[in-house]
Amino acid sequence: MKNFTLPKSPTGIQGLDEITNGGIPKNRSTLLLGNTGSGKTILAMEFLVNGIVLFDEPAVFMAFEEKKEDLVMNLKSLAYNLDTHIANNKIYIEQVLINPDELRDTGMYDLEGLFVRLEQAIYKVMAKRVVLDSLDKLFYDLDNKILRSEFLRLLTWLKKKKVTAIITSEIGDHFLTHMGIEEYVADCVIVLDNRVTNQIATRRLRIVKYRGSFHGNNEYPFTIDEKGLSVYPIISEVFQQEPTSKRISSGIKDLDEMLGKKGFYEGSSILISGTAGTGKTSTAASFAYSVCKAKKCCLYCAFEEAPKQIIRNMRSIGFHLDPLVKSGILTFYYSRPSLQNLELHFLAIKKIINEIKPTVVILDPITNLMTEGPNSDIRSMLTRFVDFLKTQHITIMFTAAITVGSIERNPSDEGISSMVDTWMMVQDIEIDAERRRSLCVMKSRGMAHSTDVRKFKISNKGITLLPIVANNKGHLADSKRKAKEHDNLSTSKESFWVNESPVNENTK
Amino acid sequence: MSKKITDNIKVNTQILNDKVGKYILCLFVSGKSLNSAHAIINIKAICENYLKNRYELEIINIYQHTDLAITEQIVALPVLIKKFPIPEERMVGDLSNTEEVLKRLGLV
Repeated sequence: MKNFTLPKSPTGIQGLDEITNGGIPKNRSTLLLGNTGSGKTILAMEFLVNGIVLFDEPAVFMAFEEKKEDLVMNLKSLAYNLDTHIANNKIYIEQVLINPDELRDTGMYDLEGLFVRLEQAIYKVMAKRVVLDSLDKLFYDLDNKILRSEFLRLLTWLKKKKVTAIITSEIGDHFLTHMGIEEYVADCVIVLDNRVTNQIATRRLRIVKYRGSFHGNNEYPFTIDEKGLSVYPIISEVFQQEPTSKRISSGIKDLDEMLGKKGFYEGSSILISGTAGTGKTSTAASFAYSVCKAKKCCLYCAFEEAPKQIIRNMRSIGFHLDPLVKSGILTFYYSRPSLQNLELHFLAIKKIINEIKPTVVILDPITNLMTEGPNSDIRSMLTRFVDFLKTQHITIMFTAAITVGSIERNPSDEGISSMVDTWMMVQDIEIDAERRRSLCVMKSRGMAHSTDVRKFKISNKGITLLPIVANNKGHLADSKRKAKEHDNLSTSKESFWVNESPVNENTK
Repeated sequence: MSKKITDNIKVNTQILNDKVGKYILCLFVSGKSLNSAHAIINIKAICENYLKNRYELEIINIYQHTDLAITEQIVALPVLIKKFPIPEERMVGDLSNTEEVLKRLGLV
């Protein structure tokens, strides 16, 4: 037997067709539920407009809530060109007014008038897609018994007319159930939600049911902007990258040296972690600077310092980022992590990426974002984000601020470090009552990298990495590795720093 | 027939004044549906009993005048529209609740 697939009507809405496996059921009705301001009208309208533009399917919009003029005006901010479509007879908008007073106590009735109007409207433009917005306005004052039978009749009628319909309704207080209509009568039910968690609002979409078809049943975040509505599946980005062996310089000559003498792999992910003030941003900026100098686009996402401040600070160490920003080769994205949901940050960044097609993306620092959600969320989202970038062959660098102490104590950070291809650690090491910056490459997949801990020197000429002064035995002193060795060898449980000091004195 | 009524909607006050005391009623029905049939019987009875010789009743089949469904904003059927005396009053249903109909028509 051949695999049967339900005929579907693509919505043309980014992401929605993906999670519905091709769209909403063709020639059937879909219930679109959601609270006030959750985006029902926009989703419905976009379904119609996409039908016209992409699939040449004329449309009818029955407005129970808004006046036609208001509707057209309200949707002007979105690029739907309703006026043109109306003029071209591709969409027909009709306002249906219902006065609750007239329905009072004067006997049995039905909604035949609506059917007559719908039929006429569909005929007018030979519509294939129909939206009724919104049902509760129509049904609110109706007698329950009549409502139930008329609703079923409406669904059957629409099916017979061979139109794909979206019927919107408020979800408040279990409206439909309350009204004696269960959601089960519709073939497909989609619920929109605008939820506020930690003072951050996120729009989400969920397919509650889809008769006769597989569908993603998670909640998916979506956004509404001037280009319309986009749904973002939390399923993984298609992970089919062809890994390249091309290299990209880190912008620090000595660091390239440590990374198999060539630098990072193009399209790889790089993590720089370290405590505050160890030079993470400087390292990142140096990378950005070198990328831009090679005439390649770079996107710098700053979550802590404002771009202007970064530019000023980097000037002091010899990186003049200002002209690069002006020429458009370096783009800053600056946002407070608490401004919006983590997912939305990534959506915004993704959008910029799609626009400017950068070679390198820098997130500085990623740990600031982590305050905005549970770790598992962040990890899964970061993974998806990295996957997305990898499919585009974009090199990504994140910095992670860790609290003093070992990285193992910071689970979220550990989460990222296992995910990335190259992990570098910048640290403050105290030697002879002096704090010294150091850098080491913790891991770097697919290349012979140095395991040295180098002295990390930031001067007005940029960043240099120097070998840490060797002690008289020719060993590198002062390294964590040394300490580890020491720990392993000695039976004492004394701490590294205590062990370290006599070594230093010996060096002297 | 329906033409006359819709024209009537636009009649100027002069003509309306001539018709003072006269009821202009308009009943929209959907073909031969049960509710519509009941509504026709009920309104005719009410008119004969309470408005004898001072009413104009027009019965319009919506299927034959679909354009009126939009201009008159008709959704539920049958619906009785009292065009005159103003204000306009609409009553949806088979008009079986005589008391309510009379009340809404301003006859009790």
